[in-house]
Amino acid sequence: MPHAQARKLHLPTWATTLFVAVVVYLGVWYAGKQGWLSAYWYQVVEIAAFTAISALGLNLIYGFNGQFSLGHIGFYAIGAYASALVTKDYLVSWSGSQAGGLSWIIAGLIGVLIVLFLTRLLRVGALNKRIVANLSIDLKKHEARTLAALVTLLMVAVVLAAGAACAWVLQRGLSIVLSALMAAISPAVARHVVLTIALLAGASVAALVAYLIGLPLLRLGSDYFGIATLGFAVMVYTALQSSDLVIPTMKGARGMVGIPTWTTWGWAFGTLCVVVIIMRNLLYSSHGRAVISVREDEVAARMMGIDIAQSKAVAFAFGGFFAGLAGGLYAHLFGFLHPSTFNVVKGFDPLIIIVLGGLGSMTGTILASVMFALLIEGLRVLLPQGFEDWRFVVYPIFLLLIMLLRKQGLLGRTEWGWMRASMPAERDIPVPELPALNSAAGEHKEA
Amino acid sequence: MNADSETTPLREMSNRVIDIQSLTMMFGGLRAVSNFDMAVPTGGLYGLIGPNGAGKTTVFNMITGVYVPTSGEILFEGQSMVGLAPHAIARTGIARTFQNIRLFQDLTVLDNVRIAYHAHAGYNIAEAITRLGRYSRQDRALTERAQDFLAVFNLHNRQSEIAKNLPYGEQRRLEIARALATQPHLLLLDEPAAGMNPHEVETLMELIHFIRDRFKLTILLIEHQMRVVMGICEWITVMDFGEVIARGTPRDIQTNERVVEAYLGKRAERGL
Repeated sequence: MPHAQARKLHLPTWATTLFVAVVVYLGVWYAGKQGWLSAYWYQVVEIAAFTAISALGLNLIYGFNGQFSLGHIGFYAIGAYASALVTKDYLVSWSGSQAGGLSWIIAGLIGVLIVLFLTRLLRVGALNKRIVANLSIDLKKHEARTLAALVTLLMVAVVLAAGAACAWVLQRGLSIVLSALMAAISPAVARHVVLTIALLAGASVAALVAYLIGLPLLRLGSDYFGIATLGFAVMVYTALQSSDLVIPTMKGARGMVGIPTWTTWGWAFGTLCVVVIIMRNLLYSSHGRAVISVREDEVAARMMGIDIAQSKAVAFAFGGFFAGLAGGLYAHLFGFLHPSTFNVVKGFDPLIIIVLGGLGSMTGTILASVMFALLIEGLRVLLPQGFEDWRFVVYPIFLLLIMLLRKQGLLGRTEWGWMRASMPAERDIPVPELPALNSAAGEHKEA
Repeated sequence: MNADSETTPLREMSNRVIDIQSLTMMFGGLRAVSNFDMAVPTGGLYGLIGPNGAGKTTVFNMITGVYVPTSGEILFEGQSMVGLAPHAIARTGIARTFQNIRLFQDLTVLDNVRIAYHAHAGYNIAEAITRLGRYSRQDRALTERAQDFLAVFNLHNRQSEIAKNLPYGEQRRLEIARALATQPHLLLLDEPAAGMNPHEVETLMELIHFIRDRFKLTILLIEHQMRVVMGICEWITVMDFGEVIARGTPRDIQTNERVVEAYLGKRAERGL
């Protein structure tokens, strides 16, 4: 019917986006099943999916919040190792029980939260100032300060001890309960449950670390923050090399083995979808607008009553969470972790991807992640044998060209489909009778 | 002192919105503002003038918490603002605009105003991510309030436009609208007429009167253009080299010798 064709179809954006997602998922799955995609290329696509997750996290920090971070690989590494400890524990009970690793991580997280809560409750920071102010009347200023510092130190020690004690008690209990739970469910189901818990635990640890180092570091200006986070990435790398001193299973510089290879295309793609939903919903809420306003103009944002320290910490923690998720998926793809995977140079990958795709574009980040993975691996095939290492010459040239031709990245800040902001409908609202307002508008129309 | 002898009934009024007492700001060895005193009664339209580098914007920056004063006290509705974080000060009810317009340039007109409502968002991050709980109702209410608010300034039919693409006069109007959206009791305008042509200045003056009457708030403005200050301010404080050199009604100021000497001397011919 010509009439029906003439009318343009208006599907809601979520429907088109869901359709594309389903097509991509089924397409890759079917191609893999039919053998059109070799096992190798299948893996490349999986890598592309979780690289996109990590890059989305960095885009939230740098592209949407405007904080230049070079430490993203650190959170990726933390997520990878933490989640690996949980799943490996389930398989080989390295900690002595099936859920020892998990109970440690959860108890540790709760312990840190208790410490944070107590510090805020007792107002340790304000207390210091109050003591100094009160004592300065009778004592010399440096005496008052020393005394206040001692009291604060004592408080911090007590709070830390309380947190540690809570965590220790909690770990015992959790270990028993979780072991019983895991033993109760059938192995086929348990695999997915354990992996979910492991990914969430790893990502939570990464997010918490991000939040904690973000609070002091994010006060620095953007460039200084970049250098400080670079320092963080180096610290994580160094710590991982001697990690076996603390937890022998992590094996330090020898590399951690025996991690179950549970990451499938479904897991990688599903996690990516969840991350996109979380990030999109966050960005198009008042909290997300606060995050973006910090990028636009910090001074103006503060004058609007926005706690920029809070906003930055939130963006940084979410970015760290996504990196941790991606790290967890990585750990369970190859079943082997080595500190050298998380060196600082590798950490530039997500940065390259978000600049390539467009700072402040989720769609661009996803596209660029796929392009990046295909380019690196594709060049391996395309280049003649013996010249594979030349791909690290070819792809920088490609990047250089893109940056010269399109400085804002492939998509700039534009989004596609459901990821695009929906403008609320204009409403007909009466305008107050004020010549000043109307004349100014009229003047503009003439110009 | 000359300045003190000119104190008038306005200063004795008990309902002061803001009371600034011997405020001093040092940058290293430089005294940017010294012993600055000012009390603004509720509902007034106040002017703060002075030559370039007199320390006017520094005073604004201290009131809004961008700088922490070296000494002195700022009482806003009886509460001390010294040492509070800028966002905390903004939430108690002080809003400002900037000399060089500082909009969220790459965001839409609507989002610029919606950000100002963030303090009253009424839902937490978990609700935002899951789109559960209070999110839908609160965010729709917030958006509609922002649209209604834009309508007051005749900007609602430009809600999806990117802020930096607006003409200059409308950018200024949006910046004022955004500041007012935080529901302040005191509005600080830093040279609102900067860079405007005479016609735009005319409409701006009308707008400022309109705002004062409609939102029932107190306005304190810094201005360079004498026409604006003399035209709309009821009371003026004059600064030079970080100190108050005169206070009074526009009429008093025009004839004040020290002011003419320090500031108006150069501009007296330009049609006061």
